[in-house]
Amino acid sequence: MTGDSPEREVILEARNLRKEFGGLVAVEDVSGKIYAHTLHSIIGPNGAGKTTLFNLLSGTMPPTRGQIFFKGKDITHQPPYRMVHQGLGRSFQITNIFPNLTVLENIRLAAQAMGHDSFKLFQHASRFQRYEDRAREVIKVVGLQGLEPVLARNLAHGQKRKLELGIMFAGDPEILLLDEPTAGMSSEQVPELLEILQRIMARGDKTIVLVEHRMDMVMSISDFITVMHLGQILAEGTPQEIAANPLVQKAYLGALYGDLGAT
Amino acid sequence: MSEKAEKRVNGKMGAPLGWIRQHWGELAVVVGLILFPYIFGLLSGTSVSQGATKFWQGQLIVMFIMAVYAMSYDLLLGYTGILSFGHAAFFGGGAYAMALFLTHVAPKVTDSYRIMVGSINIADLLMLLAGFLLAVLVAVLLGLLFSAVSSRVKGAYFAMITLAMGQAIHILSKATDFVDWTGADEGLHGVPVPIWLNPTQFRLRFYFIALAFMLIMYLITRRIVNSPTGRVFVAIRENESRVRMIGYNPAVYRSIAFVTAAVIAGLAGGLYALWTMSATPSMTSSALTINALIMGILGGIGTLIGPMLGAVLREFLGHFFYQWFGARWPLVFGVLFILLVLFLPYGIVGTWRLRRLELRQGWQRFLRLFKPEKE
Repeated sequence: MTGDSPEREVILEARNLRKEFGGLVAVEDVSGKIYAHTLHSIIGPNGAGKTTLFNLLSGTMPPTRGQIFFKGKDITHQPPYRMVHQGLGRSFQITNIFPNLTVLENIRLAAQAMGHDSFKLFQHASRFQRYEDRAREVIKVVGLQGLEPVLARNLAHGQKRKLELGIMFAGDPEILLLDEPTAGMSSEQVPELLEILQRIMARGDKTIVLVEHRMDMVMSISDFITVMHLGQILAEGTPQEIAANPLVQKAYLGALYGDLGAT
Repeated sequence: MSEKAEKRVNGKMGAPLGWIRQHWGELAVVVGLILFPYIFGLLSGTSVSQGATKFWQGQLIVMFIMAVYAMSYDLLLGYTGILSFGHAAFFGGGAYAMALFLTHVAPKVTDSYRIMVGSINIADLLMLLAGFLLAVLVAVLLGLLFSAVSSRVKGAYFAMITLAMGQAIHILSKATDFVDWTGADEGLHGVPVPIWLNPTQFRLRFYFIALAFMLIMYLITRRIVNSPTGRVFVAIRENESRVRMIGYNPAVYRSIAFVTAAVIAGLAGGLYALWTMSATPSMTSSALTINALIMGILGGIGTLIGPMLGAVLREFLGHFFYQWFGARWPLVFGVLFILLVLFLPYGIVGTWRLRRLELRQGWQRFLRLFKPEKE
């Protein structure tokens, strides 16, 4: 996951990360860096180990070996709920929201988690207007205006994906880890989501790590791309370098292109 | 804006009147309960403190206390999504704390200290408060114990562990090793309740105390479920893993839910010990836990008011079914319960709220048919 810009600040770093499931090595000693304020994509065919790598980076799974550093600090064995408070947010490949709560409450809860009012048992939640304000602001960023009072389970699939993004964004993370945010989306919905990602990047203070298998999608928006294959890093670089890389062209674009689901 | 809505805004009443209009249902129930002994006495021609009036005051006192107990269980099951089978331990723990304290400790203190104000010994009052404090303390400890032991298991295992711990408390309350203190199987009887609170002599006074207790506990619990913490409880019920990923530690919030529910149940147990002037192993039994579950499901979990209504219904039916069917009444009650679950799966209050919402939406759709769209 190294780019060619040594002057840039490293926000997330993996050192010799390894994950084994029984005899299967899903991620094999992966090292790399993610630079602050960039959009970094991890691509690869199904089974390349990208989701496992993603789960290691976001703290959902403990690695078999290796370390993860966030802004220079070792966070390898921290519980996931603490990661959020340090500025690491993640979204899920399978939509993971609060189905029976309203859109507003879904995001308001995430905003409330960042404050220090969650242990106030004897005050009414409506007294804490700032969380609701924050939630409405986030709703605007992800483009769910007008749907605030709707129960999350009644949203369309694309809207649920946006809500998922909103829940993560409400925590105001420095780095957003997105696991296939376009999974299950129709091709008309994808550009809308890319627009949201670009809107977030345009603020200039966020880093996005994107796991995708649609190569066409990441080419246009990524600053850096890491290509994974069989648990290892096959190639890294800017989209141009990746496109020009003979190894990627041969192994990935050529032989494996059909597996990618790219159109 | 529609004509009707405009009228509503223009015709807005003063703040207190508006509040009364908004909460007229609840207020009517409270006023009705306050007036109940007098109206009942008037209708049945008996004095307020005698005969049928007195008997029904007693029935209602039990309903009030059970309503609080059922409501405390709703905080766990209905709001946080915790299905615990040891809830009677909290209720019984509070009852035993109160009874043990009043039997073994309080008399020693009140015999040596007398602070008379009028005809009331203030020392008695202080001992009573200390008894409730002790009940709270026991409940907090039990709540922490339950959440600590059960925090690592889920689903059926969680239910089994809470059941096991509930039974452990039950066995402790029956243990012959402590027969001098607890009375073992027999339990503690004739607990020396202050004379001015004697439920036989001052039934009406006890009725109002129990009513006030229920109302205060309801207001507190309603505030808790609407607090920032309560919102996290609901989120845990909906999707625990997501709660973790947005930055809450669910284990902490589950413990808070356990302890709060335990304290409320413990206070109800303490008052129940005063009412029966006893503490018996039946107050820690799993049958009482199942009762909390039945009351909750009858009334509708996750609504607070539902389980309270369920408790009232359960006590009411229990009384009449026993009269009509004798000792076999639970059999009839069981059939009724099954029918209720089949036809009202969200309980009485839960189903009513759903229907009301559907009706209101249907009515709005109906009205829209006749109204031109306006911005």
